[in-house]
Amino acid sequence: MTHFPYLFAAYAVVWLGLFGYLLRLGRRSRELEEELRDLRRQLGR
Amino acid sequence: MRRVFPAVTCVTMLAALYLIFMVVPTEQQMGIVQRIFYFHVSSAWMAFLGFFLVAGASAVYLWNGSRGADRLAEAAAEVGVLFCSLVLVTGPIWARPIWGVWWTWDPRLTMTVILWAIYASYLMLRAFGGEDEAVQRYAAVLGIIGVLDIPIIMVSVRLLRGMHPAVIARNEGGSGLVDPWMRIALVVSAVALILVGSWLMQLRVRASRLAEEMAALRRETEARQGEVA
Repeated sequence: MTHFPYLFAAYAVVWLGLFGYLLRLGRRSRELEEELRDLRRQLGR
Repeated sequence: MRRVFPAVTCVTMLAALYLIFMVVPTEQQMGIVQRIFYFHVSSAWMAFLGFFLVAGASAVYLWNGSRGADRLAEAAAEVGVLFCSLVLVTGPIWARPIWGVWWTWDPRLTMTVILWAIYASYLMLRAFGGEDEAVQRYAAVLGIIGVLDIPIIMVSVRLLRGMHPAVIARNEGGSGLVDPWMRIALVVSAVALILVGSWLMQLRVRASRLAEEMAALRRETEARQGEVA
Protein backbone atom coordinates (compact mmCIF):
# COMPACT_ATOMS: atom_id res chain seq x y z
CA MET A 1 0.00 0.00 0.00
CA THR A 2 2.99 2.32 0.52
CA HIS A 3 3.55 2.34 -3.22
CA PHE A 4 0.07 3.65 -4.01
CA PRO A 5 1.31 7.20 -4.88
CA TYR A 6 3.56 5.72 -7.59
CA LEU A 7 0.64 3.80 -9.10
CA PHE A 8 -1.55 6.92 -8.95
CA ALA A 9 1.17 9.10 -10.50
CA ALA A 10 1.77 6.67 -13.38
CA TYR A 11 -1.90 6.46 -14.37
CA ALA A 12 -2.38 10.22 -13.87
CA VAL A 13 0.48 10.89 -16.30
CA VAL A 14 -1.04 8.53 -18.89
CA TRP A 15 -4.50 10.13 -18.64
CA LEU A 16 -3.17 13.69 -18.65
CA GLY A 17 -1.01 12.93 -21.67
CA LEU A 18 -3.77 11.29 -23.67
CA PHE A 19 -6.52 13.77 -22.77
CA GLY A 20 -4.20 16.77 -23.21
CA TYR A 21 -3.27 15.65 -26.71
CA LEU A 22 -6.89 14.81 -27.58
CA LEU A 23 -8.08 18.26 -26.42
CA ARG A 24 -5.28 19.97 -28.36
CA LEU A 25 -6.21 18.09 -31.53
CA GLY A 26 -9.92 18.80 -31.06
CA ARG A 27 -9.33 22.53 -30.52
CA ARG A 28 -6.99 22.77 -33.53
CA SER A 29 -9.52 20.99 -35.79
CA ARG A 30 -12.34 23.29 -34.63
CA GLU A 31 -10.25 26.41 -35.29
CA LEU A 32 -9.29 25.16 -38.75
CA GLU A 33 -12.91 24.33 -39.60
CA GLU A 34 -14.02 27.84 -38.57
CA GLU A 35 -11.26 29.51 -40.59
CA LEU A 36 -12.11 27.32 -43.59
CA ARG A 37 -15.76 28.31 -43.34
CA ASP A 38 -14.78 32.02 -43.29
CA LEU A 39 -12.45 31.64 -46.25
CA ARG A 40 -15.09 29.76 -48.25
CA ARG A 41 -17.58 32.53 -47.50
CA GLN A 42 -15.08 35.14 -48.74
CA LEU A 43 -14.60 33.14 -51.94
CA GLY A 44 -18.37 32.78 -52.35
CA ARG A 45 -18.44 28.96 -52.15
CA MET B 1 -17.79 4.97 -38.22
CA ARG B 2 -16.62 8.32 -36.79
CA ARG B 3 -18.94 7.82 -33.79
CA VAL B 4 -18.59 4.05 -33.40
CA PHE B 5 -14.79 4.09 -33.16
CA PRO B 6 -14.54 6.39 -30.09
CA ALA B 7 -17.35 4.41 -28.39
CA VAL B 8 -15.58 1.06 -28.96
CA THR B 9 -12.33 2.63 -27.73
CA CYS B 10 -13.99 3.90 -24.51
CA VAL B 11 -15.61 0.51 -23.79
CA THR B 12 -12.31 -1.34 -24.32
CA MET B 13 -10.50 1.18 -22.12
CA LEU B 14 -13.07 0.73 -19.32
CA ALA B 15 -12.71 -3.06 -19.61
CA ALA B 16 -8.92 -2.73 -19.36
CA LEU B 17 -9.17 -0.53 -16.25
CA TYR B 18 -11.67 -2.92 -14.65
CA LEU B 19 -9.35 -5.86 -15.25
CA ILE B 20 -6.26 -4.00 -13.98
CA PHE B 21 -7.80 -2.62 -10.79
CA MET B 22 -10.56 -5.12 -9.93
CA VAL B 23 -9.65 -8.53 -11.35
CA VAL B 24 -5.89 -8.97 -11.66
CA PRO B 25 -4.26 -10.34 -8.46
CA THR B 26 -1.54 -8.27 -6.80
CA GLU B 27 1.92 -9.45 -7.79
CA GLN B 28 3.74 -10.94 -4.79
CA GLN B 29 7.21 -9.36 -5.16
CA MET B 30 6.39 -5.89 -6.49
CA GLY B 31 2.98 -5.32 -4.95
CA ILE B 32 0.45 -2.91 -6.46
CA VAL B 33 3.07 -0.93 -8.34
CA GLN B 34 3.28 -3.84 -10.83
CA ARG B 35 -0.11 -2.69 -12.16
CA ILE B 36 1.76 0.14 -13.91
CA PHE B 37 3.10 -2.54 -16.29
CA TYR B 38 -0.21 -2.98 -18.14
CA PHE B 39 -0.28 0.58 -19.49
CA HIS B 40 3.51 0.97 -19.60
CA VAL B 41 4.01 -2.09 -21.83
CA SER B 42 0.90 -1.36 -23.93
CA SER B 43 2.10 2.22 -24.50
CA ALA B 44 5.44 0.82 -25.70
CA TRP B 45 3.66 -1.50 -28.15
CA MET B 46 1.53 1.39 -29.44
CA ALA B 47 4.65 3.56 -29.84
CA PHE B 48 6.39 0.79 -31.82
CA LEU B 49 3.31 0.34 -33.99
CA GLY B 50 3.26 4.11 -34.63
CA PHE B 51 6.93 4.12 -35.64
CA PHE B 52 6.49 1.09 -37.93
CA LEU B 53 3.63 3.01 -39.57
CA VAL B 54 5.93 6.03 -40.01
CA ALA B 55 8.47 3.80 -41.75
CA GLY B 56 5.86 2.12 -43.96
CA ALA B 57 4.09 5.35 -44.92
CA SER B 58 7.45 7.09 -45.50
CA ALA B 59 8.51 4.29 -47.84
CA VAL B 60 5.25 4.72 -49.79
CA TYR B 61 5.84 8.51 -49.91
CA LEU B 62 9.38 8.05 -51.25
CA TRP B 63 8.08 5.50 -53.77
CA ASN B 64 5.18 7.45 -55.29
CA GLY B 65 5.11 10.89 -53.57
CA SER B 66 1.65 10.26 -52.06
CA ARG B 67 0.52 13.19 -49.91
CA GLY B 68 -1.81 10.88 -47.98
CA ALA B 69 1.12 8.62 -47.01
CA ASP B 70 3.15 11.64 -45.94
CA ARG B 71 0.29 12.93 -43.78
CA LEU B 72 -0.10 9.47 -42.20
CA ALA B 73 3.65 9.29 -41.49
CA GLU B 74 3.59 12.67 -39.71
CA ALA B 75 0.50 11.74 -37.68
CA ALA B 76 1.94 8.34 -36.71
CA ALA B 77 5.23 9.97 -35.66
CA GLU B 78 3.42 12.45 -33.41
CA VAL B 79 1.28 9.76 -31.78
CA GLY B 80 4.29 7.42 -31.52
CA VAL B 81 6.33 10.11 -29.73
CA LEU B 82 3.40 10.75 -27.37
CA PHE B 83 3.21 7.06 -26.39
CA CYS B 84 7.00 6.74 -26.22
CA SER B 85 7.01 9.74 -23.82
CA LEU B 86 4.41 7.95 -21.66
CA VAL B 87 6.69 4.87 -21.60
CA LEU B 88 9.67 7.00 -20.55
CA VAL B 89 7.69 8.63 -17.74
CA THR B 90 5.80 5.61 -16.38
CA GLY B 91 8.93 3.41 -16.46
CA PRO B 92 10.89 5.51 -13.92
CA ILE B 93 7.75 5.81 -11.74
CA TRP B 94 7.75 1.99 -11.57
CA ALA B 95 11.54 1.78 -11.20
CA ARG B 96 11.84 4.09 -8.18
CA PRO B 97 10.12 1.77 -5.65
CA ILE B 98 11.38 -1.46 -7.30
CA TRP B 99 15.01 -0.67 -8.26
CA GLY B 100 15.47 2.20 -5.79
CA VAL B 101 16.45 4.63 -8.58
CA TRP B 102 14.44 6.69 -11.04
CA TRP B 103 16.73 5.95 -13.95
CA THR B 104 19.63 3.72 -14.93
CA TRP B 105 21.47 3.54 -18.26
CA ASP B 106 20.26 -0.01 -18.92
CA PRO B 107 20.52 -0.99 -22.65
CA ARG B 108 16.74 -1.15 -23.16
CA LEU B 109 16.13 2.18 -21.45
CA THR B 110 18.97 3.85 -23.35
CA MET B 111 17.80 2.51 -26.72
CA THR B 112 14.25 3.69 -25.94
CA VAL B 113 15.51 7.21 -25.22
CA ILE B 114 17.40 7.10 -28.54
CA LEU B 115 14.21 5.97 -30.33
CA TRP B 116 12.29 8.86 -28.75
CA ALA B 117 15.03 11.32 -29.77
CA ILE B 118 15.04 10.05 -33.39
CA TYR B 119 11.31 10.60 -33.84
CA ALA B 120 11.30 13.87 -31.87
CA SER B 121 13.98 15.04 -34.37
CA TYR B 122 11.73 13.82 -37.20
CA LEU B 123 8.88 16.00 -35.86
CA MET B 124 11.17 19.01 -35.41
CA LEU B 125 12.44 18.59 -38.97
CA ARG B 126 8.83 18.53 -40.18
CA ALA B 127 7.83 21.50 -38.01
CA PHE B 128 10.76 23.82 -38.72
CA GLY B 129 11.99 22.59 -42.10
CA GLY B 130 9.27 24.38 -44.06
CA GLU B 131 7.22 23.03 -46.96
CA ASP B 132 10.26 22.17 -49.05
CA GLU B 133 9.88 18.75 -50.69
CA ALA B 134 13.53 17.91 -50.01
CA VAL B 135 12.92 18.34 -46.25
CA GLN B 136 9.96 15.98 -46.47
CA ARG B 137 12.14 13.40 -48.23
CA TYR B 138 14.91 13.75 -45.60
CA ALA B 139 12.27 13.29 -42.89
CA ALA B 140 10.94 10.19 -44.65
CA VAL B 141 14.45 8.67 -44.75
CA LEU B 142 14.89 9.45 -41.03
CA GLY B 143 11.49 7.86 -40.34
CA ILE B 144 12.62 4.65 -42.07
CA ILE B 145 16.08 4.48 -40.47
CA GLY B 146 14.72 5.20 -36.98
CA VAL B 147 12.61 2.05 -36.94
CA LEU B 148 15.79 -0.09 -36.98
CA ASP B 149 16.17 0.78 -33.28
CA ILE B 150 13.03 -1.22 -32.37
CA PRO B 151 14.44 -4.75 -32.94
CA ILE B 152 17.47 -3.74 -30.84
CA ILE B 153 15.14 -2.68 -28.01
CA MET B 154 13.25 -5.99 -28.30
CA VAL B 155 16.34 -8.19 -27.97
CA SER B 156 18.30 -5.95 -25.59
CA VAL B 157 16.97 -7.67 -22.42
CA ARG B 158 18.43 -11.03 -23.48
CA LEU B 159 21.43 -10.16 -25.65
CA LEU B 160 22.81 -7.16 -23.79
CA ARG B 161 22.06 -8.52 -20.30
CA GLY B 162 20.10 -5.51 -19.15
CA MET B 163 18.22 -5.33 -15.85
CA HIS B 164 14.88 -4.43 -17.45
CA PRO B 165 12.47 -7.34 -16.78
CA ALA B 166 11.02 -9.44 -19.59
CA VAL B 167 7.29 -9.01 -19.21
CA ILE B 168 5.80 -12.04 -20.90
CA ALA B 169 8.33 -14.80 -20.19
CA ARG B 170 10.03 -15.48 -16.93
CA ASN B 171 13.76 -14.92 -17.09
CA GLU B 172 16.57 -14.09 -14.74
CA GLY B 173 15.66 -10.95 -12.85
CA GLY B 174 12.25 -10.78 -14.52
CA SER B 175 8.87 -11.50 -13.04
CA GLY B 176 6.77 -12.79 -15.92
CA LEU B 177 2.98 -12.61 -15.86
CA VAL B 178 2.21 -15.77 -13.89
CA ASP B 179 -1.56 -15.44 -13.50
CA PRO B 180 -3.74 -15.92 -16.63
CA TRP B 181 -5.73 -12.79 -15.68
CA MET B 182 -2.50 -10.79 -15.85
CA ARG B 183 -1.99 -11.88 -19.44
CA ILE B 184 -5.64 -11.16 -20.31
CA ALA B 185 -5.37 -7.68 -18.72
CA LEU B 186 -2.21 -6.98 -20.71
CA VAL B 187 -3.85 -8.02 -24.01
CA VAL B 188 -7.00 -5.95 -23.31
CA SER B 189 -4.87 -2.94 -22.27
CA ALA B 190 -2.81 -3.28 -25.45
CA VAL B 191 -5.97 -3.40 -27.59
CA ALA B 192 -7.39 -0.37 -25.72
CA LEU B 193 -4.26 1.74 -26.19
CA ILE B 194 -3.87 0.70 -29.83
CA LEU B 195 -7.48 1.83 -30.40
CA VAL B 196 -6.77 5.13 -28.64
CA GLY B 197 -3.62 5.60 -30.71
CA SER B 198 -5.46 4.83 -33.96
CA TRP B 199 -8.22 7.29 -33.04
CA LEU B 200 -5.65 10.02 -32.29
CA MET B 201 -3.87 9.33 -35.58
CA GLN B 202 -7.17 9.57 -37.45
CA LEU B 203 -7.88 12.97 -35.82
CA ARG B 204 -4.32 14.15 -36.55
CA VAL B 205 -4.56 13.17 -40.23
CA ARG B 206 -7.87 15.03 -40.46
CA ALA B 207 -6.31 18.17 -38.92
CA SER B 208 -3.46 18.00 -41.46
CA ARG B 209 -5.93 17.65 -44.32
CA LEU B 210 -7.89 20.69 -43.08
CA ALA B 211 -4.68 22.72 -42.74
CA GLU B 212 -3.66 21.86 -46.30
CA GLU B 213 -7.12 22.73 -47.63
CA MET B 214 -6.94 26.06 -45.83
CA ALA B 215 -3.48 26.86 -47.19
CA ALA B 216 -4.78 26.18 -50.72
CA LEU B 217 -7.82 28.44 -50.17
CA ARG B 218 -5.58 31.19 -48.73
CA ARG B 219 -3.39 31.08 -51.83
CA GLU B 220 -6.52 31.34 -53.98
CA THR B 221 -7.80 34.32 -51.93
CA GLU B 222 -4.45 36.10 -52.23
CA ALA B 223 -4.37 35.45 -55.98
CA ARG B 224 -7.87 36.94 -56.37
CA GLN B 225 -6.93 39.97 -54.27
CA GLY B 226 -3.82 40.40 -56.45
CA GLU B 227 -5.97 40.34 -59.60
CA VAL B 228 -8.31 42.99 -58.15
CA ALA B 229 -5.39 45.24 -57.16
